[in-house]
Amino acid sequence: MHAGIIFLLVIIGSVLFHIFTPWYWTDIASNWGGMDDTITLTFWVGGGVFVAVCLFMIYCVFKYSHKEDRRAEYKPEDKKLEKILTWATTLGVAALLAPGLIIWNQYVNVPKNAIEVDVMAWQWGWQYRLPGADGKLGTTQVRNIADNNPFGINPDDPFGRDDIMVESDVINLENNRPVKILLRSVDVLHNWYVPQFRAKMDAVPGTVTFYWFEPNKVGEYEVLCAEYCGVGHYAMRGGVEVQDKADYEVWLSEQETFEQLSARYEKLNVDGNKLAKK
Amino acid sequence: MSDEYDNNKSYQAQSSEVMDGSAGSANPDIDYVRPAEVGEQDLYHGHSFIEKWVFCQDAKVIGVQYFLTAVFTGIVGLILSWLMRLQLGFPELAGFMTAEHYYQFVTMHGMIMVVYFLTALFLGGFGNYLIPLMVGARDMVFPYVNMLSFWMFFVAVAVLMASFFVPGGPTGAGWTLYPPQTILEGTPGSGMGILLMLISLSLFVIGFTMGGLNYMITILQARTRGMTLMRMPLTVWGIFTATVLAMLAFPALLVSAIMMTLDKVLQTSFFMPTILKAGEVLEYGGGSPILFQHLFWFFGHPEVYIVALPAFGIVSDLISVHARKNIFGYRMMVWAIVGIGGLSFFVWAHHMYVSGMNPWFGFFFATTTLIIAVPTAMKVYNWILTLWRGNIRINTVMLWCLGFIVTFVNGGITGIFLGNVSVDVPLSDTYFVIAHFHMVMGIAPLMVIMGAVYHWFPLVAGKMLHEGLGKWHFWITFLGAYSIYFPMHYLGFIGVPRRYFEMYDSPYMTSAVGMNEFISIAAFIVGAAQFILVFNIIKTLKTGKKAEQNPWKANSLEWYTSTVPPEHGNFGERLPVVHRWPYDFSVPGAKDDFIPQTTAPSEVIHTEVEKT
Repeated sequence: MHAGIIFLLVIIGSVLFHIFTPWYWTDIASNWGGMDDTITLTFWVGGGVFVAVCLFMIYCVFKYSHKEDRRAEYKPEDKKLEKILTWATTLGVAALLAPGLIIWNQYVNVPKNAIEVDVMAWQWGWQYRLPGADGKLGTTQVRNIADNNPFGINPDDPFGRDDIMVESDVINLENNRPVKILLRSVDVLHNWYVPQFRAKMDAVPGTVTFYWFEPNKVGEYEVLCAEYCGVGHYAMRGGVEVQDKADYEVWLSEQETFEQLSARYEKLNVDGNKLAKK
Repeated sequence: MSDEYDNNKSYQAQSSEVMDGSAGSANPDIDYVRPAEVGEQDLYHGHSFIEKWVFCQDAKVIGVQYFLTAVFTGIVGLILSWLMRLQLGFPELAGFMTAEHYYQFVTMHGMIMVVYFLTALFLGGFGNYLIPLMVGARDMVFPYVNMLSFWMFFVAVAVLMASFFVPGGPTGAGWTLYPPQTILEGTPGSGMGILLMLISLSLFVIGFTMGGLNYMITILQARTRGMTLMRMPLTVWGIFTATVLAMLAFPALLVSAIMMTLDKVLQTSFFMPTILKAGEVLEYGGGSPILFQHLFWFFGHPEVYIVALPAFGIVSDLISVHARKNIFGYRMMVWAIVGIGGLSFFVWAHHMYVSGMNPWFGFFFATTTLIIAVPTAMKVYNWILTLWRGNIRINTVMLWCLGFIVTFVNGGITGIFLGNVSVDVPLSDTYFVIAHFHMVMGIAPLMVIMGAVYHWFPLVAGKMLHEGLGKWHFWITFLGAYSIYFPMHYLGFIGVPRRYFEMYDSPYMTSAVGMNEFISIAAFIVGAAQFILVFNIIKTLKTGKKAEQNPWKANSLEWYTSTVPPEHGNFGERLPVVHRWPYDFSVPGAKDDFIPQTTAPSEVIHTEVEKT
C-alpha cells in the first residue's frame, strides 16, 4: 500500500517538475527550432508512455497485492495483445524517427549561400578564418603553421592569399545568413558549441568536419568546448557576436588578410635583419 | 479486456486435486525425458583451504569471488563519485582537488563502474553462481579455466588500482579513452596511468574470454535432462546472450587497446594524425582518431547490453516468482533478448553522431537505434503484464523490481531522444547524456543487482536478509537516485556540458548551481545508504534467521539442491530431471501455487498446464 503511494507520488512529482521547472532551454538563437520541436514531441510521446507504464504498474501494485486466499491468473501468452503492442510501439517509434531524420537531412545539407568559417581549435583555444573576396578558403596543413602563418595556409594556394584571419577567440557573424562551420584541430578532439545555436560537431585532427546554422538573433554568445580535450577542457571558451549586416561589414573590413599578415612579417624580418646587421 | 477475472473458476479444479505424488508410476509415457547423451563430468574437489576458497574450481565460490572483487571496485567507484559530486556541488569545500584530479576521478569512476563492477558482477558473479545451478549442471564445463578467469580478473583489478599510485596518477582521459588526447601531455596520467589502464583492460578481456567460454558451453552442452533451451529461466537466457555479445565485442576493445599501446610506446600512428603540440610537430602522422571511436563503440554499445541483458533476465525471474505468476509472453521475452543482442551490433555509431564521421551514417544508425526500442518496449510491457492479475508480494525483492521498471523506462525513453540523430545534436555531450545513461545502465541494473542479492542471499548464505533494513535500503536508494538523475536531464536542456571541472559564470549555467548542490547532497546520501546492505549482510550472517529450503517458493532448479547452501556438485547423487518451464505459478488445479521444474506431469495430472 505504502509502496504504491510512494511510487505514485514519484510519478506525479516528475510530471509537476517538468511543468514547473525553472531549468529548461536556453533561448534559441538559430534556425534549429525543429530540433526543439522534435524534442517537445518526443517528450509528449515518451513522457506519455512513461507515465502510462508507471501508472499501470502502480495500479497492479494496489489491485493485486498478495492475498493468501487468492491466486494469480494463469495465462502464459496472449498473442493478440502482444501483436497489438508490437505494432503500436513500432508506429510510435516511427512517428518519432521521421521528424528526426527530416531535420538531420537539413543538418547535413548545407545551403548554397552559406558563408564558410574555418574554426581552428587547439589545446586550449580557438581562432577563425573567413574567405576573402574570392569567396573560397585556401587549403591548409598543420605542418605549415608558424608565426607568420597561424592557420597553416598552403603558400602556393591562390585562394588562400586573401583569406581573412581572425586571431581572436571571438568571431563575428552576420545575422540571418547561414554559416557553414568548418572545423579542424591541430592536436586533439574539440567541439565548437554554442548552446543557443543548438548545433555542434567535433573538430578532429587530420580531417575537416562541418555543420551549419543560421543565427537569427543579434547578440553576444559564449562558445564552449563540448568534447573532452584534456585538463583545460572546461576553460576552453570562445565567443560569437551576431551583428546586423552593416555592423558586420564594418567589423569585416577591419580584419587582416593572409597577404597583409605575410607582408607585415616580411617587413618585421627585413627590419630585424637590418637591426642584426647594424 | 476486463480487469477482473473469475477467481472462483481457477479454483474449481482445486477441490478435486488429489493426484499429487500418487500417480508417478501410473503413466510413465507422459513423464518421458530423453536420456542423457554424455556421462557425468568428474569434479575436482578441493582438499585444502587454499583449494576450497582461494584457487577454487567450484563455480559458486568463483561467483562469490567475482562478486566480492567487483563490489570492492564498486565501492572505489562510489567514493570517486562522491569526490566528483563534492567538486560539482561544493567546490569551495574541495580545495584539495585540481582539474587533473577531477578528470582522473571521472575516468576511473566510469571505467570501474561499467567494466570492472557491472560486467564482472553480472557475468562473473551471477553468471558463475547461477548458470550451473539453473541449468542443472554440477559445475561449469571447464572448472580450471574458470578459476583462471577469476584470477586474471583479479590481476586486472590489481593493475587498475595500481595506477592510482604511479607517477602522474591514473589516466584522466575519460572512460572512452579517445585519442589523441589520451596519450598526449595535457591529459592527466598520459604516461604510466594510461599504460596500466590499457594493460588492465587487456587482462580483463583475456580473463573474461575464459569465463565467457565456460558460460556459453555450459549452457549449450551441460544442461540436465529435459532442460530444453525454451525451458531455461530468463536469467540464463540473459546471461547467455550477454556472453555471446561479450565474446564478439571485447575483441574490438582488445585490439584498440593494443593499437593504442603501440601508438603510445612505439610511436606508431594507428589513431594519431599529424599533431602540433607546443609549437612542435610530433612524430605521428596519418592515423585516424575516428577509427578508434568506431572500434571503441563497436565494443561499447554491445557492452551496454552485456550489462542490460542479464539484468533483463534476472528481473523477469524475480518479478515472476514474487508476483506468483508466470512471466507473460516467455517466448517473446526470449526472442526480444536475442533480437536486442543481435541488433546491438548495428547501432554503435549512435554514440558518434557529432563525432565528425560521415554525417550520412546518421540516417542508418538512427533507424537501427530506434528499431531496438521495439523489442525493448515489448519486454517492459511483458513485465508489467506479468504483474497484472498477479498475486504480488510487495517485499524487498519486488520493490527493487518495481524501482527497476520505473528507472529503466525513464532511461529508455530518454534513449529515444538521444538515438534520434538530430535530437541528439543539442543534447550530446551535455548532462542530459549523463542523466540518461546513469538512469538506464547505472541505476536500473543496480536495482536488479540489489533485488537479486535479497532474492538469492538465502540460497548463497542459508539465511534471510532483514526485510525492514532492506526496505529502508531500497527507498533511500530509489528516491535518492531518482532525485539525482531525473532533474539532471534538465541541466542538459540548459546546455551545461559534461566533463567540466568548473562551470565558471556563464549566464545560463548559474541557474544550475542550486541544482548541483541538491544533486550532490542526494548523491552523498544514496552512496551512504549502500552501507545499510553491508550492515544487513554482516548482521544476518551473525544473527539472521535461518532460511528454509526454497523460501520464496520458486520453481527453478537452484532452489532444489541437495543442501542449502549448495555444496560442490550442487545436486547430490542424482542430477534433477526437468519436466517443465520454471514459470508454472498459480496453475489452476495445482495444490500449491507453484510447480517445480522437476515435477513430472503425472504428479500433477489434474492441473491445466498450458505450456511445459
